[in-house]
Amino acid sequence: MFANILINGAITAGIYALLALGFSLIFGVAKIINLAHTAFYMLAAYFIFTFAYYLGLNAPLSATASIIITTAIGVGTYKLVIERIREHETAVLMITIALALVFQESILLAFGSHFRSAPSFISGHVELLGVSVSIQHILTFGVVLACLLGIWILLSKTKLGIAIRAVAQDREIANLVGINVGTMCLITMAIAVALAAVAGAMVAPIWTIQPHMWMRPLVMVLAVVVLGGLGSLKGSFVAAFILGYTVTLVVFLFPTVSFVKEAVALAIMVAVLLIRPEGLFGVAFEEERL
Amino acid sequence: MRRGLIALLIVCLVAVALIPGCQPGPEGTIKIGVIGPMTFIQGEQHWYGAKMAADEINEAGGIVVGNVTMPIELVKADSNEILSVPDAATAMEKVITVDKVDFLVGGFRTEAVLAMQDIACDNQKIFLGCGSASKEQCTRVAEDYDRYKYWFRVTPINDNLLVMDSFLMLDNVISVVRDQLGIENVKIALLMEKAEVGDLIVLASEHLVPAMGEGIELVGAWRPSPTATDVTAELSAIKASGAQIILTYFSGPVGVVYAKQWGELEIPAASVGINVEAQKMGFWDATDGKGNYDDTLNTYARIKQTDKTIPFYDKFINETGEFPTYTAGTYDAVYILKEAIERAGTLDADAVVTELEKTEYFGSAGRIVFTSTETGNPHDLMWGADYVTGIGTQWQDGELLCVWPPVDGSWNGVVYEGTVPYKLPPWVIDYWKAK
Repeated sequence: MFANILINGAITAGIYALLALGFSLIFGVAKIINLAHTAFYMLAAYFIFTFAYYLGLNAPLSATASIIITTAIGVGTYKLVIERIREHETAVLMITIALALVFQESILLAFGSHFRSAPSFISGHVELLGVSVSIQHILTFGVVLACLLGIWILLSKTKLGIAIRAVAQDREIANLVGINVGTMCLITMAIAVALAAVAGAMVAPIWTIQPHMWMRPLVMVLAVVVLGGLGSLKGSFVAAFILGYTVTLVVFLFPTVSFVKEAVALAIMVAVLLIRPEGLFGVAFEEERL
Repeated sequence: MRRGLIALLIVCLVAVALIPGCQPGPEGTIKIGVIGPMTFIQGEQHWYGAKMAADEINEAGGIVVGNVTMPIELVKADSNEILSVPDAATAMEKVITVDKVDFLVGGFRTEAVLAMQDIACDNQKIFLGCGSASKEQCTRVAEDYDRYKYWFRVTPINDNLLVMDSFLMLDNVISVVRDQLGIENVKIALLMEKAEVGDLIVLASEHLVPAMGEGIELVGAWRPSPTATDVTAELSAIKASGAQIILTYFSGPVGVVYAKQWGELEIPAASVGINVEAQKMGFWDATDGKGNYDDTLNTYARIKQTDKTIPFYDKFINETGEFPTYTAGTYDAVYILKEAIERAGTLDADAVVTELEKTEYFGSAGRIVFTSTETGNPHDLMWGADYVTGIGTQWQDGELLCVWPPVDGSWNGVVYEGTVPYKLPPWVIDYWKAK
């Protein structure tokens, strides 16, 4: 049972982490709580389905085209809608949830409520320590690590990354030293939506595609980023593992009530927040942010 | 001036009430409301089934009411009941009070159907249910006949009988496991979404599994949420439990996720039970073919349950591009209504109820007879070898084929022409043969 919990917990954590990365990034930089984040993940999944089944493209090509188009939609949405009300946090919350619903209803109109499937990059499974694991799951875990590494290099080793971090720490000072805050926020939004689209490309073949597929992951994404500390990428990664292992433990230890696995994960999040309101790696004061 | 306005208003109201078409009458049409979640496949099938029947009846002239032949006019009502029970109640109110339908067919989600049943019955409108399996709708008829006598169930069989059929299908798979794998002590895992029918099966299994004979062991029950997006942990746990068979109950999207991951991971346990999504043509693509060998309780397959089954099945697929599922039972419901109205010779609801209670109709899914008012659940479907049985269907290489009642006639001698033997998934055979 130990091997089962070890492997299944890591796989679940990988999916949560991939979904939460972009959400955490855009909050950390632009202070935007983008509740439409998983709706972009849904859009990406539908684009992949469309390219694969209607245009006959293979999985990598479908995924690439989908990531580009979804990112473009994300950037357009930011410029047209979110940027104008960026400073008003409540309005951003309302607008982004409204956007998510608009995306959902548009998809419902275009595709109906039928369940769809996205093609796996590699189908089949392997045995790890006697546990059956799909290759797509392993690939997803690898992509999470690659994305984390990529984001870390971007933020710590490039001029663009340093500018993004400067904006995250203090917009006014960043502006005074000549950094275009608006452009940095736009670029960050593009990266965040691209990460959501990558999540769509990797996770959609594992789950199913349907117009309401963004809602349930949004709850877990919120749990991960709040537990980890809003805006902290490291925190999101650690929180994804805590929640991933929690839901797996519930399934293995209490199978007859496995439907409460996510509720238990959320309860743990609440418990942690009662002790440490800023989350595990969140900053109580903005000056602490690195 | 004020009196004049009031008088004018009264005249207008009377005029509106008397506009032809607003009220049923021998010179008009018979309005049948088709109510269901129309943006979902369940509602689409409600509509397709009813439309096929109405078109056929109208082409043949219509329904004979006394000395007059009247055509059917269908009214589509989107209940949106999958997402909102209040929407369903509103849709039912509207279709009765604004569209002024004479009869109603449809309904899907139990909570919504209970609410819609109240509204229909309080307005004395006959409502033939074609979607919800809850026995409660019929026990209401027993408890308050005068109020609820307008309710009848056409599809599916009630939830208690669904459980019964699931165990009969399980029994068939146990026999195959014993014969083909040479395993005498068969282990069964329950994987059931957290829902009322799932609760019933888990509860029943505690009594029914020991009663199935020696050498059958229940290794545990896993209960994911109906909207779970991932069940790999549950499947891993089931594989670790050593089960050879998974008894399933899924009514929602988790059924697709389950079948896809079960096939992808090649979990070495046969899958049998209820998976509503597996009844649909889109299941094969939705699971990328990984749902091959999933075995689910069903209402329709291309078999000869009656002389009407195959013509209906083929025509439905030709016209809609979908397999008929149990909500397409509106097809039989409209015909049952037609026969009852013709016997009654009137559209009067009470007279039609009396005739509906005498129904004996060979429909597309079996012989339909309603349970009598002497039972605890009147106006429900009679179940058994001489009535409606339900069928077990298994995906075999892209085709959904009937596998229960078994082809050897071992269940009460019932064999439907077109039934094939149940097939164990090859990876299950390989895994257990290598043990």
